[in-house]
Amino acid sequence: MLSISNVETFYGNIQALRGVNVKVNSGEIVSLIGSNGAGKSTLLMTISGVNKAATGEIKFDNKNIESLPPHDIVNLGISQVPEGRRIFSRLSVEDNLRLGASSNDKGKKFDDDVKDVYDLFPVLKDRLSQRGGTLSGGEQQMLAIGRALMAKPKMLLLDEPSLGIAPKLVNQIFVAIKNINKEKKVTIFLVEQNAKKALELADRGYVLVNGNVTLEGTGQDLLKNKDIQAAYLEGGGKK
Amino acid sequence: MEKKFFQTSIKDSLFTGLIALALFGPIVGLRTVAKNEVLEVHPKWFIVLIIVIVCAVGRFLTNLYVYNRDQKTGIQSSIGKSISNFLDTKGYQIALTAIIFSVIFPFLPFTDRYLMDIAIMMLTYIMLGWGLNIVIGLAGLLDLGYVAFYAVGAYSYALFAIHFGWSFWICLPIAGIFAAMFGVLLGFPVLRLRGDYLAIVTLAFGEMIRILLLNWYQLTKGPDGLTGIPRPSFFGLPFKSFPDEGEQTFHTFFGVEYDPMQRIIFLYYLILVLALITNLFTIKIRRLPIGRAWEALREDEIACKSLGVNPRNTKLTAFAIGAMFGGFAGSFFATRQAFISPESFTFIESAIIVAIVVLGGMGSQTGVVLATVFLIGLIEVFRDFESYRMIAFGGAMVLIMIFRPRGILATRKPTITLEKSSSK
Repeated sequence: MLSISNVETFYGNIQALRGVNVKVNSGEIVSLIGSNGAGKSTLLMTISGVNKAATGEIKFDNKNIESLPPHDIVNLGISQVPEGRRIFSRLSVEDNLRLGASSNDKGKKFDDDVKDVYDLFPVLKDRLSQRGGTLSGGEQQMLAIGRALMAKPKMLLLDEPSLGIAPKLVNQIFVAIKNINKEKKVTIFLVEQNAKKALELADRGYVLVNGNVTLEGTGQDLLKNKDIQAAYLEGGGKK
Repeated sequence: MEKKFFQTSIKDSLFTGLIALALFGPIVGLRTVAKNEVLEVHPKWFIVLIIVIVCAVGRFLTNLYVYNRDQKTGIQSSIGKSISNFLDTKGYQIALTAIIFSVIFPFLPFTDRYLMDIAIMMLTYIMLGWGLNIVIGLAGLLDLGYVAFYAVGAYSYALFAIHFGWSFWICLPIAGIFAAMFGVLLGFPVLRLRGDYLAIVTLAFGEMIRILLLNWYQLTKGPDGLTGIPRPSFFGLPFKSFPDEGEQTFHTFFGVEYDPMQRIIFLYYLILVLALITNLFTIKIRRLPIGRAWEALREDEIACKSLGVNPRNTKLTAFAIGAMFGGFAGSFFATRQAFISPESFTFIESAIIVAIVVLGGMGSQTGVVLATVFLIGLIEVFRDFESYRMIAFGGAMVLIMIFRPRGILATRKPTITLEKSSSK
């Protein structure tokens, strides 16, 4: 469904991605793990077109998307939940959700589409008129995911959904991600520092180090891998 | 704790006094007088002393009564807060009262020509403030060259009306379209800019338009300005005391005595309607996808991109629509003055409009009205004091900044002060 080949991305002179190859098949949950500064967020931003790849190819449903502007990529069916949630904090929860629908028929079917989001995150329904910034971190993450779902994506890119959120809510959010994949049939590409959680959830996983993919395999295989346990799970796994 | 605060306050105010001395010493204290073709310096240290004392004591008092209270309660200036609460809850009634008042204003017993002129001027600034609020308040694009669109509107109205003899109601939309086109023209090169860089370029744009008007003599008559701009007519009925042979005028048609106030009152209602249309438009568009996209763009451009909002179109429409209302206001200005020159479109006009929007509380429509009444009203009240009125203007701004740092009516309230405190 999504195939990334030899992608290199730069910030000015600094190379963040050094020829990344990643494949995501339809219906899968794929996790990408890696430490700070490995280039995880850069990869997502490159897929969604906010950053542009200097070289390489990104194909979505056999269509090259690496040179499309971000709003066209959203229209093709890739929605992104950006790192740090990036809620519109001074706009109401409802406006946030409506903005998510802005690519989808200009939000004409808002009332129908928003029901799916309420099913996943009932708490959002009670908070519709509240400003986005008044929600707790976990609720903001739910809003960010709900907002991305309003575009009716075929594929959802999630950037560190566990960042700065209470452990209890993290579980809730990971359950929701699984639901989105199984019930709504949305393909998931998940980027996480919480390697254990991300790999448990994933069908397949990739490990990104310094802008290179160093390992790939099924989620279970990667969890058992000695190197990964040493590098990513010792600290994160015990939490 | 209390004592330490007292000490730092005193230190702070002494320091303020020093700054005031350094500033006002040379500016006010040393006065050069030409005597027998020789320049002499006449020191005026007493006035400097008074200014320094006023600054130091004022700083001490604000420390004691404004900032101190902040630290204690975490709430800034309770009076202002209760006012804005009152306006938040009773907003609809207040707006209705204000509109009714402005509708009956020309017929109130104390209303005279002078008050009408001030009211028309205030309404023009309110309309400009509301127009700029779309760009600054909603879309978050700091535009310091808004007067350019005001000028484009005024000149296109004037040129079309003079050369083609078209009526006000035809020229008005044309002027709006021209201004909107200039809005897009400004918008394109600044698409990637934000914040201070954007402000600098827009400022330059405002100056470019003024200099263009000043130098394109064939079209604009340069510094001489355009004269003989047709006055607006009441749906085809002109306001004239001596109608030409067989001509219907306003007073002959309605069978009333001619009175120069008739035209003034008509102009007043014209700008009132134009301003209210601007306001209504802004209120409505906030509920539409495009208005929502403007506000989202103000909040977070990257999030907007990832949601499929096209930032280019969103910014350009904000510039274009904001400029269009500036152009409408410009046409009104041209038809009211019957004479325009580049003199009327200097940077200070932009600065006043930006001040109105920012001090009113960016994004707040009522705030624009309050700030206009306060700032323009103050300038008028101090008109007799000549050069001191700009000091009053500056003083008013400083007062607002001290007591309402986010604007008179801040919609940009800190999010944590709302109903529930967040768990973060």
